[in-house]
Parts: sequence; C-alpha cells; structure tokens
Amino acid sequence: MEEDLRSLLQDLESLKGCVSDRYRIGSIDEMKQRVVSIVNLTKSGATRRSKVKDMSAEVVDSNPYSRLMALQRMGIVQNYERIRDFSVAIVGIGGVGSVAAEMLTRCGIGRLLLYDYDTVELANMNRLFFRPDQVGMTKTDAAVQTLSDINPDVVLESYSLNITTVKGFEVFMESLKRRFSQKSGQNSGVDLVLSCVDNYEARMVVNQACNELGQTWMESGVSEDAVSGHIQLLVPGETACFACAPPLVVASGVDERTLKREGVCAASLPTTMGVVAGLLVQNALKYLLKFGHVSPYLGYNSLKDFFPTMEMRPNPQCSNNACIERQKEYLQTKPARDAAAKAKLEAESSKNEGPLHMDNEWNISVVDDSEMDTLNSCGVSGALPEGLIHELPTAEKYHESLATEEKTVEDDLEELQRQLDALNAS
Amino acid sequence: MEGWDPSTKSALTQIPLLSTRAGPRDGAAWTQRLKEEYRALIAYTTMNKSHDNDWFRISAANPEGTRWSGTCWYVHNLRRYEFAIQFDIPVTYPATAPEIELPQLDGKTHKMYRGGKICLTVHFKPLWAKNCPRFGIAHALCLGLAPWLAAEVPILVDSGVLKHKDDESTSAES
Repeated sequence: MEEDLRSLLQDLESLKGCVSDRYRIGSIDEMKQRVVSIVNLTKSGATRRSKVKDMSAEVVDSNPYSRLMALQRMGIVQNYERIRDFSVAIVGIGGVGSVAAEMLTRCGIGRLLLYDYDTVELANMNRLFFRPDQVGMTKTDAAVQTLSDINPDVVLESYSLNITTVKGFEVFMESLKRRFSQKSGQNSGVDLVLSCVDNYEARMVVNQACNELGQTWMESGVSEDAVSGHIQLLVPGETACFACAPPLVVASGVDERTLKREGVCAASLPTTMGVVAGLLVQNALKYLLKFGHVSPYLGYNSLKDFFPTMEMRPNPQCSNNACIERQKEYLQTKPARDAAAKAKLEAESSKNEGPLHMDNEWNISVVDDSEMDTLNSCGVSGALPEGLIHELPTAEKYHESLATEEKTVEDDLEELQRQLDALNAS
Repeated sequence: MEGWDPSTKSALTQIPLLSTRAGPRDGAAWTQRLKEEYRALIAYTTMNKSHDNDWFRISAANPEGTRWSGTCWYVHNLRRYEFAIQFDIPVTYPATAPEIELPQLDGKTHKMYRGGKICLTVHFKPLWAKNCPRFGIAHALCLGLAPWLAAEVPILVDSGVLKHKDDESTSAES
C-alpha cells in the first residue's frame, strides 16, 4: 500500500515536470499533498506499541507510564507499579462501564474482566467509547478490540453472558474465583468488582456474588433522566449491601390503561456518564493504591452540582443470607480490629507526647465517636418519629404463620407438574 | 392496588400466596418453592378456565424449573392474538421478579427491553418487591403480563405493527 502510494507520488512529480501551465502545477501539488496525508494515515494505523515489561518513571515521549509514575514523585501514591498486580472485574460495558474500562486500561491495570450480554448499537453513539464501525459486535469484544490497541500490557478477559440466569451466574462466579497470580484476596481472584449495570436485577446479582465471595465492590448508577448519578463502596459485612436497604418502593396503584407508553427509553448524556465513570475509577484507584479517602457513597446531582456523601451500616435484618453471614464474621473480628486500631493510635501518640496546648480555658475535650452514639441514642431509644412504622417485623410474622399453614399440604412435585400439564392440555 | 380493575383484584385474592423464600440455587428449599409455584399456577389456571377467561399456558422447560415457556393470547376486536412466552428464574429470585419475554414482539414496541423482555418497571415491580416472597410466577402473569397485553396489544394492532396471523397469510399469498 505504502509503496504504491510512493510510486504514485513519483509519477505525479514526473507529470509536474511535463506541465508548464501554472494552474495545473498548483493542482498537481495539491494532489501530491493529499497522497502524502494518506501515506501518513496508513503509517499511523499500522503502529501498535509493543508490550512494556517494567513500568518506568523515565520522562521521555515514548514512555506510556511517565505521567502515571510521576504520581510517586509528587508524593500521592507510594508504589504506583503495584497497579499491574491488580485484577478488576467490570460488570456492564455500557455508558459507564466502557469508559471505566478505558480509564483503568490507560492507568495500566494488570487484568480486566469484562461482562455484558449486549451488542453495540447506533443508539449507543451518544455515549463515549464505542465507534459506529463496531455496531453489531458484542460490547465485550468491541471493548477488547479498542482496549488492547490502547494498552497491550493489560490482560483482558471478555465474557458475553447474562449473569442473572442460573448458568450465567455460575460462569460469573467461577471467573471471579479463578486466580491469575498467587496474590489477591482470600476467596476471590479479583481485587475489586465494579458494577456498571443499568438495572436492579443485575445489581442484585452482583450483590449476591460479592456477598458470597466476601468481595469488595463498587456500585455505580446514572438516573433515568441522565442528570444525576452515584457511586457506592460495598464491603460485605462492614457496609450496607445492596439488599440491606431496598429501594424506596412506591406502589402507586397504576391503572393499566394509563400506563405511559414512553416509559421505557431512558435518557443518557455522555457528560453525566463520563463524570460518574470518573468518580468510580478515581475511588477504585484510591482503594487499590491506598491513597486519599475512599468514599463510601458519593452522589452527583448535575442540575445543582451537589455532591452528597454518606455512610450506610449493614442491616441486621437483611434478607440476603450471605450478607448476614458476612456481618457475623465482621463482628467476630471486631476485637482484633480494635486492638490494631488502639496499637496504631498508641504508636502515634507516643510520637508526640505532651499536651497540644498548655492551657484549656474552656475545658474542651475530645469525645469518641462511639460515646457520641450512646449519647444520641438514649434520646431516641428506638422510637420512630410520628408517621413512621416498622414494616419488617409484621411482614416476617405474616410469613411465618403462612409457612406453618402450608406445611400441612405436602404434595409431590411430579404430581403437581402432572396436574398443571393436564390443565394445559385441556 | 387502588387503580386495578375489580376482576384483576378478585383474581389476585384467589391465587394462593407463596411462603418459601428460596431461589434456584437453594436446593431442597427451591423444590419446596417450586411446589408452591405449581399450586399457585394450578389454582390460577383452574380459576381462569372456570371464569371463561383462559389466557395462557405455561410449563417448566427444564427439570430444575429455572426456565419456563408457553403461550399467551389476547382477544382484541373478536380476534385472538397469540404469542410465545419464555423467561428464566433469576438467581436472586424471589428478591427480583422474573423478566417475562415475548420474543415475537421484540423490536415492535418500545415498552420492552432487549430480547423481548416486557417492561414491568412501573406497574408491577413495586408490587412484587412489596409482596416478596408471597408472589410467584402466577402473580407475575396476573399482575405483570396481563395488564401489559391489555395495554399494548390494542395499540400494536390499531397502529398496524401487529397483524393477525390470518391477515398475514393472505397478504403473503396475494
């Protein structure tokens, strides 16, 4: 291709020599320039950088990691090169997931596991990452195509499957458990799971898998109207799991005749999705590379540029059994954690002995967080404000009474199947 | 439930409620749940037949009872429109409802997600969440699929997107 173009250039040059008309010479020069730009284009398409063995901090234009390694020199990250040891699973390669995957790829993450069952469509082009020429490819394959070009050092695994089905879930669990190197978490082969899915069912599945594996994960979401979003850190047993606080259920009693017809198609903006992906990956990097404060929850309201944060404790009555088990384990390790924290505190206090201020005119003293809790809670003592009731205990009671009632009718499963088949046949 | 029509309400009260909170990965508890699902489906089908309101056939497509398939039909202007139904029991069942699919209608209406999953978000998911684990497949058909068909089929037919199978064959012959 390049040779052809070069000979074309030579032909044009010799043609230029035969022509005397000034205007013709001008147009031949223009053609030559076009050929040169095509030659450059084909060249740029062909270069693909080779793998890099070690991350270097050398400041040269050809080093893909120089700006990242500078984080160490700036004192932000202690050991940036550790990023190559980490495996991150991204569930949902859509508007948020694909951008998060690109960010981690450019950061030089060790291994990325990508999950999605969808294909790229033209309707996705209002978001970042996917290109129109990838329409029809599975999102995971299209992502691997782009990401391996951007950074061949990253190990990419693509899983095109629906994790909410029984079969898909098995593959999902196995792929999370499979170890890539000797290190990594106790039960899991990945260091972090990022949920970038767009529906409640899939979030509940990620929650289930991570609760069972004791795997820390981060959840992300963008609202249907595309103007707000959130990220959340979930550490099984330590923070609220996704099932601990069920979404606010508003049974509005809709008449089927009044069902809105434009209800399904959600809005989306590349900006909101990009911001949420950025917040998510920033939090992930802080968590993995241990710098700064890892946000337990960060909201984003783009209309008012409001960023609420909060913390959520696990629900002791959570309906997810694996969550309850992780909560128990977390409580059991509390003494060890407390001892470690105390030792750390003592080590710090021994460093700077002596009072911070010589006089304390107003008798100001530091009160522990837990003391504050007890102080506050005696005022409330479990009583709810007017208008609120405890729904769960009554619901559970109802459940039990039904269960005892049902025990009396003990049918055979095959018999029941036969009965339904008979009804279906008639 | 204020906005629901009286016949749906009375049907709902007659479908037995379920009690076992178990999903397809819960072994013996799932078998128990499956029995309850069958009891509810048998009661609902029997009731529909006795009220001359038979509108679906459904049965487990695998021995584990994690995949279901069948048909449903809706009568509009005295003509019957029939569709294949299929759905998987999600791993997080019953915390999350089954996503009922009508593959023939995929791409024909935007009240549907990819793969022909009907949209249940507004009219059904809140009810399911509130009544977990008491609702089962029969309830999902009664409160999820039936209202969807009642809302969508007339519009699809009137707008010409959906053709009756008799019309389709004649147009193909001519």
